[in-house]
Amino acid sequence: MKWLSDQALDRLRAAAEMPDLNGTGYALLDKLGEGGMGGVFRVQDTTLGRQVALKVIGIIDSNGELSARLLREAKIIARLEHPGIVPVHDVGTLPDGRVFYTMKLVQGQRLDQHAAELGGVPERLRTFQKICEAVSFAHAHDVVHRDLKPQNIMVGRFGEVLVMDWGLAKLLNTRTAMDAENIGTEKAPDEQALGTDTGHGVILGTPGYMAPEQARGEVAAIGPRADVYSLGAVLKFLLDGAGSGPTPKALAAIAGKATAEDAEQRYGSVEELASDVAHYLDGLPVRAYPEGPIRRAWRWVIKNRAWILLIVAYLVMRALFILWR
Amino acid sequence: MSPIARSHTMQDDIHLRLRGPGTFPATRWSLIVAARSTHSEERQRALEVLIAAYWKPVYKYIRLRWEKDNEQAKDLTQDFFFQLLEKGFLATYDPQRARLRTFLRVCVDRLVANEDKAARRLKRGGEVQFLPLDFESAEGELRSAEIPSPERMDDFFEREWVRSVFSLSLERLRQECETRGKQTHFRLLEFYDIDEGGKELTYEQVGRQFGLKISDVTNYLAYARREFRRIVLEQLREMTGSEEEFRREARTLLGVDAP
Repeated sequence: MKWLSDQALDRLRAAAEMPDLNGTGYALLDKLGEGGMGGVFRVQDTTLGRQVALKVIGIIDSNGELSARLLREAKIIARLEHPGIVPVHDVGTLPDGRVFYTMKLVQGQRLDQHAAELGGVPERLRTFQKICEAVSFAHAHDVVHRDLKPQNIMVGRFGEVLVMDWGLAKLLNTRTAMDAENIGTEKAPDEQALGTDTGHGVILGTPGYMAPEQARGEVAAIGPRADVYSLGAVLKFLLDGAGSGPTPKALAAIAGKATAEDAEQRYGSVEELASDVAHYLDGLPVRAYPEGPIRRAWRWVIKNRAWILLIVAYLVMRALFILWR
Repeated sequence: MSPIARSHTMQDDIHLRLRGPGTFPATRWSLIVAARSTHSEERQRALEVLIAAYWKPVYKYIRLRWEKDNEQAKDLTQDFFFQLLEKGFLATYDPQRARLRTFLRVCVDRLVANEDKAARRLKRGGEVQFLPLDFESAEGELRSAEIPSPERMDDFFEREWVRSVFSLSLERLRQECETRGKQTHFRLLEFYDIDEGGKELTYEQVGRQFGLKISDVTNYLAYARREFRRIVLEQLREMTGSEEEFRREARTLLGVDAP
């Protein structure tokens, strides 16, 4: 038998993972990364002559569970048509039976890799607002992401932001009959395992970005506020990397409110969180940081400084005129 | 001639005998079940499969982790598998509690820790035959291996196990490709996916070298990769005790991220 060096083992392992795309209309180019359920590859759409990203499940799928989950993910993304959510193009099956879907190939970097290139606090907050917009849109369509983290957010070359990896997404119970028909009866993995009625399930998510109720496996308790928590953690990540001294108290308070241990103490929705961030950017008071009368008066002065300066200048001129006479 | 075609050693004969298709029924966890069988022939065959995959990792582990010289390590490796064969060690294995790989490594540690040469020799007696294992090749591989630090010994055992399973799978793939007249498929896999520098060539350059069209290069490679994957996973099925262990070990072997 041939002896395999460590390097040969790695090469062989990588080769074994390469999907066989014969008959699919796609040609394999290279591997882009690893997702929760399998690999993501750059492929050439031979019909349309463009490059797209192909996500395919891992090769272990004894009972079809992963195939069903990947299909479910593709269907969820398909109904979330938003500039901040990567669009799905196609779904299919490889010759070896593995399910795949193709999506737009995002030319950019993951947020965790891109963060160092972002500028100061205002630019970071504007990026954060774009993430909030996409998540808020999903919530409006009864979808909770449940795995928001910098690694699942792509920043394109022109500053566009795309929320990726909806494999752990949870459909809220307010779905319409038509939605149920579109997505199918397949449930998220934790719901599959133990059912939503028990209130407890398998813990899925990422420590540090996962809401406490999610970390405790309380499936039924997970709602939009779980994503609010994750977004708060993403905000902290962005602010920590700003490198311009200590985080402003109001911003720290926003992130703190979003990541409150008790879900009831967090923002009620992503819109509320985004609104507080927008207020901060506009120099307005934020809900998370109540101000005393002096601070409020000072903010009023700052906000109306042009008028105040004009009036002060008028009064000074008037006084000088009186004195001169 | 294929780069890996070479004269067979006694070790290869064991592998050929053990790894041929249909050695075990296609039931799940067949090796674990067969190893506990009341039929000694069935049990013996199961253990031989285990030996084929594990003897090199065990030998190298004893050499490095326990700092035994090669004669001591040979003796202990033989002892380990002898006890596995004769003492029914596997009967105590519980797939719910540990991976088979971990269980075997712990058994090796226990055996070496309780080393008592005289008693072992007495127990083994003169009638039991030594397993025909090619220790020289294992020793040669050790010479070119990077010696791991003591705290990395578990990783070392795992890596050697991966190497062993991949080598066995490749050998079986080579045999199957020969049987089906697909030697070029196998040679292409070796050239492009295993040998150093293969990936630096374009499919067109590879095609010229092998006298194939580009589409044939990709098709042949896809076939060989698919079959390799299948064989690795089949082996793994036999050597794992539960679906969960199978998935975890698949991740170790193939980097497959299955939950």
